[in-house]
Amino acid sequence: MKKYGMVIDTKLCVGCGACVVACKTENDVPEGLHRDWIVEEVTGKFPNLHMEIRSERCNHCSDTPCVASCPTGASHIKKGSNIVKVDPGKCTGCQACVVSCPYNARFVMPEGYVSKCTFCDHRVEKGELPACASVCPTHAIAFGDLNNPMSRVSRLLRARKFKTIIPEAGTDPNVYYLI
Amino acid sequence: MKEITITTNKISNMVNGHFHAWGWEVPLYLFLGGLTAGILIIASVMAFRNKKDGFALSSGKLSLWAPIILSLGMVFLFLDIKHKLFVWRFYTAFEITSPMSWGSWVLLMVYPLSFLLILATIRESYPGIFSFVNKFLSFLKLDVLFRKLTEFSEENYKIIAGITIPFAITLGIYTGILLSAFGSRPFWNSAMLGPLFLVSGLSSAVAMVILLSKEHKEKSLFTKVDIALLLTEGVFILLFLIGLATSSAQYKAALALITGGALTPSFWIFIVMFGLLIPALLELLELKGRNINPKLAPVLVIAGGLFLRFIIVEAGQMNSWLPY
Repeated sequence: MKKYGMVIDTKLCVGCGACVVACKTENDVPEGLHRDWIVEEVTGKFPNLHMEIRSERCNHCSDTPCVASCPTGASHIKKGSNIVKVDPGKCTGCQACVVSCPYNARFVMPEGYVSKCTFCDHRVEKGELPACASVCPTHAIAFGDLNNPMSRVSRLLRARKFKTIIPEAGTDPNVYYLI
Repeated sequence: MKEITITTNKISNMVNGHFHAWGWEVPLYLFLGGLTAGILIIASVMAFRNKKDGFALSSGKLSLWAPIILSLGMVFLFLDIKHKLFVWRFYTAFEITSPMSWGSWVLLMVYPLSFLLILATIRESYPGIFSFVNKFLSFLKLDVLFRKLTEFSEENYKIIAGITIPFAITLGIYTGILLSAFGSRPFWNSAMLGPLFLVSGLSSAVAMVILLSKEHKEKSLFTKVDIALLLTEGVFILLFLIGLATSSAQYKAALALITGGALTPSFWIFIVMFGLLIPALLELLELKGRNINPKLAPVLVIAGGLFLRFIIVEAGQMNSWLPY
């Protein structure tokens, strides 16, 4: 089984927002809704300030409260992978998954069903990178199979220090941030 | 310092006030679901009393309210659902890990049970409705079936009531578990919400009996029951707060919403003071013979139950693991 993950280098990310625009274009995300977004976090005390820029999205967690809370099976894990998806034909728009996500990564489409980042699985199937990773001008977003020790993501995680966002929420996220 | 800026847009606590998936429909549905559970528990327990005199409402007429109130709740649930044409999808799956799935199937069980419960006492409680339905169904040639079903319910009254009790309890608890199962919302993530919502639903149903009953004996017994339920609810709220206070930082931040935060006045004034303490005191004084408007305490209890759902549903969405 493939275990897809993303490794995002906060030392390279400049917060240009190209990933956000690429995602909206590739996936036809309606105005006002976002599958990915940019967070700037400034910590410390002047003059010793530290700024970190992160491109964030659904973490495609290994322990998925969104899938567990879905009453109809619309929220599911794609066969043969760990990609978390929503089947609009099964979704009632009850928003149990929206509420269950500690990352607030899900939203309701104007049609009424819930949507979210899919790791651009339609591109991944063809051997391409997700839209956000493919356009990143600083090559800050790496994508690949975490189960393959020779993939770029695995090599980056072996070589560099990394973190995940709120690991204490207990969902075992698969989007890593190099620090 | 720690400053977070979302440079693009995001469904976030920081954008548009705060994260808001569920509005007024869900708390209203949770309240009406709890009230139905309470009505069914009372109507079923009263089936086991052999003497029916003095308890015409609770041991007869009350059960008719169950499907009406539940259906009203379902209307609000339907209003909340965003992909309305796909609502039937609730009944093409049973997801063992989803409280909502459990709830939708329990609702499906509660309807036939409450209809049987109504039929068991319909001849005595609502003779007018009985003859009207009988006449109406005779046009469709279904009156024989209706009468047979009524006879069946009358003969098996206690068995039907016995089966209804666990389903009604499950319904009452489910309205709380629906929220408490969300680990991502610390304010909700307490196992106390299940029993708290059950007792609150039961207390609202008891208040409804006090409000609608015309018999002194019935009013007086249910006033005593309500005092006990309100005290139990108070203890459950205290345990709920202790649970938040003794947990990790995110849970303490959730507690801060009602101990100095934005929801402090509404929680303590509308739920604790006007929903619990004052009605309990009024009922106590009433039992001691003081002349107090008998409708005041039950109305406050019902309003308190409604506020409890509204404030808890709101608080859960105002607080999460991420600050943004």
